[in-house]
Amino acid sequence: MKIICVNCPMGCPMEVQVSGQEISVSGNACSRGAAYAKTECVNPVRMVATTVKLKNAAIAALPVKTAKPVPKGKIFDCVKALKGVEVCAPISIGDIIVPNCAGTGVDIVATKNVGFAG
Amino acid sequence: MRDVDVAIIGGGPAGLAAALGAKKAGADKVLVIERDRELGGILNQCIHNGFGLHTFKEELTGPEYSARFIKEVLSGDIETSLGTMVLELGSDRVLKAVSASGIQEIRAKAVVLSMGCRERPRGALNIPGSRPSGIMTAGTAQKFVNIDGLMPGREAVILGSGDIGLIMARRLALEGAHVAAVAELMPHSSGLKRNIVQCLDDFGIPLMLSHTVVGIFGKDRLEGVSIAQVDSSLRPVPGTEKLFPCDTLLLSVGLIPENELSKMAGVKLSPDTGGPIVNESFETSAPGVFACGNALHVHDLVDFVSEEAQEAGENAAAYAFGEAFSGSSAEVVPGNGVRYVMPFSINPKKVKNNMTLRLRVTAEKRNAALVVKMDGEQVLKRKKMVFAPGEMETISLSGELFAKRPNISRIEVSLEDK
Repeated sequence: MKIICVNCPMGCPMEVQVSGQEISVSGNACSRGAAYAKTECVNPVRMVATTVKLKNAAIAALPVKTAKPVPKGKIFDCVKALKGVEVCAPISIGDIIVPNCAGTGVDIVATKNVGFAG
Repeated sequence: MRDVDVAIIGGGPAGLAAALGAKKAGADKVLVIERDRELGGILNQCIHNGFGLHTFKEELTGPEYSARFIKEVLSGDIETSLGTMVLELGSDRVLKAVSASGIQEIRAKAVVLSMGCRERPRGALNIPGSRPSGIMTAGTAQKFVNIDGLMPGREAVILGSGDIGLIMARRLALEGAHVAAVAELMPHSSGLKRNIVQCLDDFGIPLMLSHTVVGIFGKDRLEGVSIAQVDSSLRPVPGTEKLFPCDTLLLSVGLIPENELSKMAGVKLSPDTGGPIVNESFETSAPGVFACGNALHVHDLVDFVSEEAQEAGENAAAYAFGEAFSGSSAEVVPGNGVRYVMPFSINPKKVKNNMTLRLRVTAEKRNAALVVKMDGEQVLKRKKMVFAPGEMETISLSGELFAKRPNISRIEVSLEDK
């Protein structure tokens, strides 16, 4: 499996070999690369940041994110689960907007404080 | 006419940190003037995460990062004027601002310039073709999607692989648009590796290096763009044009510090950064006028903006109390392989515990070292596996180096072989 390291501008092109429990990484210039390649190979995860519709506020969209990184393959499931979700101000950072999004066990939380503006 | 100690122009990350710095340093009347309806600046539309790792040791989204500073500002006896735009600034530090309640004149003992930067627009690129709707900067599209909840289009091409362009490629893809390609004139991207992997590769969006947009088609609405390969002198290669049907073209082709007001106040600007020429205290060529953030030089990390701006605010407060920042200084010169070094001059007597230099290299260089020389004498060498123009470098010089050399006249930073 080929993985490009994202830790620094070197962008080492790494090759990861998995045989049973053994994961070997080559092409990395430092240990951070090896650690990244292993995670990326076994369980790649990403934070998802997007918006939901917002009512009673000066802005039309409320920024939200997954409270923790979710599996890479679940990114679109999370975004789809938020389609049609609409919330009303006031909202505080950390408010849970959708619990357990798309069965990931991870909540979608607000990332902005928004006051009421009727 | 009303009087304040420190007037801060712009309430983005730089202005917020400058206000806190000025207050901490004891300034009584600190005023932040913000043109938008809320504080936070560009962070309001940067809803992706990755901010604040240096400052808070955790990755925050833009609005979360700014909220921490806004909370402190609002609880810190600092006045904020929202929906207010500064129209004029004189070298006497009298400024004229307009808001819904009319025009007001403010006389400040010290001013902090923290207006941020602007995106290079289509007009700066000379792309031939018609002028349909659907062509905008990546930041404009970012505001449409993340604040106004509107999609700019369904089929997009992005010109330029700066970080905002990459972030917007992912954002549009997440919202269901198809991003056909990101075209980059240079043979490498100026964006972070992380963004290339997580914003393009994750979504199967191709990055076309050494390619540019050479034609724009459509009358009322954009219908397509033509992308061609460029040669080593960056000229389009005839016969390589390819048509990409699209209704949206986003431009992510560079940021320019915003300094219309600085010019009005007689502040000298640098052709290398596009921002004011400042000394070690972030004071510009106009006494009592300080600059920080992206108005000073374009940053990649907001953490450094906050650090710098807090210092600028502290110094502005000190100026308001009567401290002078002039005096004999050493000039700071970019040597081989270095595009610019911030600040432009250092008065050794003003250096406290240590002095932070921030700089950008001209081109990518592997297995190299940054070398600092004071009057020809090497005082620091920092090796690294790779230096890239897209990553601002930070060098910290100890106060001792300056204490021992109170009369130096020249500090040079260069990029050399390891």
